[in-house]
Amino acid sequence: MTSTIDLARESSSEAEVSGIAARTPLELFWRRLKQDRVAMAALVFILLLVAVAVLAPLLVKLTGQRPPNDQSTKFLDEFGTPTGPTSENWFGVDPLGRSVFSRVLYGARVSLEVAIIATAASVAVGVVVGMTAGFFRGFVDTVLSRLIDVLLAFPILLLALGLAAACSLGNGCLGGLIKPGLTVVIFVIAFVNWTYIARIIRGQVLSLREKEFVEAARSLGASNGRIIFREILPNLVAPIIVYSTLVIPQNILFEAALSFLGVGVQPPNPSWGAMLADATEIFDTAWWYMVFPGVALLLTVLAFNLLGDGLQDALNPRVERST
Amino acid sequence: MSGEPLVEVRDLVKHFPINRGIILQKQVGAVHAVDGVSFDVMRGESLGIVGETGCGKSTTARLLMRLLDPTSGVIRFEGKDVAKIPRRAFKPFRREIQMIFQDPYSSLNPRKTVGAIIAEPFAIHGLNKGKGERRRAVQELMDLVGLNPEHYNRYPHEFSGGQRQRIGVARALALQPKMIIADEPVSALDVSIQAQILNLLRDLQRDLGLTLILIAHDLSVVRHMCDRVAVMYLGKIVEIADSDTLYRHPRHPYTGALLSAVPVPDPELASRRRRQVLGGDVPSPTNPPPACRFHPRCPKAQDLCHQQEPLLEQKPGGSVAACHFPLSDAEAAERVATAEPV
Repeated sequence: MTSTIDLARESSSEAEVSGIAARTPLELFWRRLKQDRVAMAALVFILLLVAVAVLAPLLVKLTGQRPPNDQSTKFLDEFGTPTGPTSENWFGVDPLGRSVFSRVLYGARVSLEVAIIATAASVAVGVVVGMTAGFFRGFVDTVLSRLIDVLLAFPILLLALGLAAACSLGNGCLGGLIKPGLTVVIFVIAFVNWTYIARIIRGQVLSLREKEFVEAARSLGASNGRIIFREILPNLVAPIIVYSTLVIPQNILFEAALSFLGVGVQPPNPSWGAMLADATEIFDTAWWYMVFPGVALLLTVLAFNLLGDGLQDALNPRVERST
Repeated sequence: MSGEPLVEVRDLVKHFPINRGIILQKQVGAVHAVDGVSFDVMRGESLGIVGETGCGKSTTARLLMRLLDPTSGVIRFEGKDVAKIPRRAFKPFRREIQMIFQDPYSSLNPRKTVGAIIAEPFAIHGLNKGKGERRRAVQELMDLVGLNPEHYNRYPHEFSGGQRQRIGVARALALQPKMIIADEPVSALDVSIQAQILNLLRDLQRDLGLTLILIAHDLSVVRHMCDRVAVMYLGKIVEIADSDTLYRHPRHPYTGALLSAVPVPDPELASRRRRQVLGGDVPSPTNPPPACRFHPRCPKAQDLCHQQEPLLEQKPGGSVAACHFPLSDAEAAERVATAEPV
């Protein structure tokens, strides 16, 4: 036994020379992300946006602006044209005399709600379906993959418009489970979007399940459940995070598009998409009504996209970057 | 080495079906990966299995581990046939047989600490339940295989290839198995590291009384490590003998060809030897040649070799070989630097 232990001392000294303290993959990832200034700026913007959305009522009160649904003809001229930015209404007013500032703040709530709930729902369904198809392969995979193909072949916007229109009336669909307004939007987005993540996860799992560490776990007697949750799932965290951040801006835009087309968030609730739709008619006289929600939408989508890119770089350090 | 076999393998067959069609699948053929392999592994011995890529070495290992289900045949472990029992019922046997994998880079989960990787066998089999107890057991194993036990919390990417393979060895030893199957444990490592890992395996085998099956394609590695050697060709064992016997008097022409390819460091010896190069490629295992599988490439093949399959039988000199016309001493000496007359 001594010979083995002597050998031990020899070889372990190799590692000590390098002198690197043990770092978890999370710590390494955070160090890399911190060096990426663009991604950090995007992250700060998103955190601010979340704070604004959560604290919207408080912020409106603190700034002395009027609440989002407070209509007033006082701020319209004799032809019914809304007035622009003033000290009283920082971002101007809309054709009903409501404060655009408050409505943009409250609009952030809608956008983030959709972004988070719809993305979480589609990721959850996508990961479960993708892992099932990839891990069990064979017949299960064939059925699930063809289902995904069929869903991907649907004209998404038409499907969304149809569903939204059908569910926007009265008590909604599925026995009132999907009510008009935001739940329709979230359901439509989740229904359409899980297919993409399911495909990505399926591909990853197909490759991971053939790795030797899975075989090693199996040779130790690990059950399928243990292999799925303990061996494969931890290796999927990176693609899931990256894909989620890249899908969030898509979902925000999708909500805006549905609201723009009039089947999303129902008035009088504020939504950036619905505001843009209203603003198109009076853009030449009331530029502020389009610019403020438009800029908010643009910056939000941009921030999520940039953060997604940064996360991808930080999680896959092997991909060389030109900078 | 006691004379009692730990594992007996009889007529082990593994065919991988080749299917065509998308929905209505039809089997159009099969890859004959392992085609009727029989051998015994004695308690405490080390058995080497050598052969070219694709000859069925790794498939045999995976069949023994029940990572694959055999098409037919018998695997008796300590007298019990484990070839056909359900996978669930095989779980207790996994404590007795463990495997070391070829690629130390893909055989360790990159998202787990070394401590978690080595403790995994305990978690799966419900051993060493207490946290401190488990940690102590893992650190003892790390010490045993030559890793610093303080590196318990590190991740695989922080280790070199040789150290990673030591982690794989520690994981295989965790359940205190009777037998270890090492599937090309050093072929992914630098030559300088190979010796370290092989010596570690040999010391552990001696100190812990393990039975070892070593799969390799490097003949000198096998000679260094193993008591007995089996040579495989296209899913069959063509020759099996004690290491010394095999390297001194190879009897199968394929063994002769393999040994003639081993580089000889002594130029004088090398010049006296004739390098035998086999013509052609290994035939496809989907459609192996009839009778003796080696006949299309064999320099000694005659009509009989096309018609009748040779059986594994004792040949002069002590080898057991499957050949109608085994190499004579003179032919062996011509090809193999280490050959000696019987």
